[in-house]
Amino acid sequence: MTLEKLIFYVLAAVVILAAMMVVTRRNPVHSALFLILAFVACSGIWILAEAEFLAIVLVLVYVGAVMVLFLFVLMMLDIDLAVLRAGFIKMLPLGVVMAVAMAAELILVVRAENFGLDKYAAPARHAADYSNTEEIGSVLYTVYMYPFEIAAVILLVAIIAAIGLTMRKRPDTKYLDPTNQVLVKRDDRVRMVSMDAEKG
Amino acid sequence: MIALSDYLILGAILFAISIAGIFINRKNVIVLLMCVELMLLAVNINFVAFSHFLGDSAGQVFVFFILTVAAAEAAIGLAILVVLFRSKQSINVEDMDALKG
Repeated sequence: MTLEKLIFYVLAAVVILAAMMVVTRRNPVHSALFLILAFVACSGIWILAEAEFLAIVLVLVYVGAVMVLFLFVLMMLDIDLAVLRAGFIKMLPLGVVMAVAMAAELILVVRAENFGLDKYAAPARHAADYSNTEEIGSVLYTVYMYPFEIAAVILLVAIIAAIGLTMRKRPDTKYLDPTNQVLVKRDDRVRMVSMDAEKG
Repeated sequence: MIALSDYLILGAILFAISIAGIFINRKNVIVLLMCVELMLLAVNINFVAFSHFLGDSAGQVFVFFILTVAAAEAAIGLAILVVLFRSKQSINVEDMDALKG
């Protein structure tokens, strides 16, 4: 067994164990933390498959942004865990049966007989100065320019939707309306009073 | 050397685990969202593996787009979750029966 294979199997075992923890932990915060572990181990696997850019993006975008958002929401909500866990044991056998059946079917299709090294030979390793980022960039900004722009619009829509959904009027907040401030005339503020001077 | 089937089997097992997660955590919306993220990760592993073995960077570009859409999905999903919790004080799927479906 080569070192490369050993690293792959260790990382794969970490991914699978972390995924199992994600779906079985009682506390959703633990689930989120194990999901982070799964993502980090998976990014290691992607580096083995020479997708360095995506591995780094996975850590930056998923672990750095999406999972922090998950944890943020988890901590903010006051969740009653007992109610949410009520059907856990009841559904466990069905879930396990479904998972085993599904995994068996999928593995039957993708087993080594169909996708082994004799069918798909391992590609030669790239040279040390090969840049995965450059290769993705060279197709992303030419062939996939239009989808790339659509992806940008999707992100913009997501930003606006998330803000629009969660924004609410709070009657107890005190704030100044800049429009009214700008529209104020001199007459609204200053009153000229003419009166006789007092006799000293 | 690592075979293509190793990557694909890893993806298949990960996908099956997240299917089981959706079954056994069917009341907790936030864990359901995490299971969906795991499923997308399984699919992305397949994309990266095929991209590596077929020598075609299109697969990696697709993973890039999936990551984009998944980030948007997580942001909107969690925003909906926050709004839902504000109005119902619960994230239990069984409390979401306003449409009487």
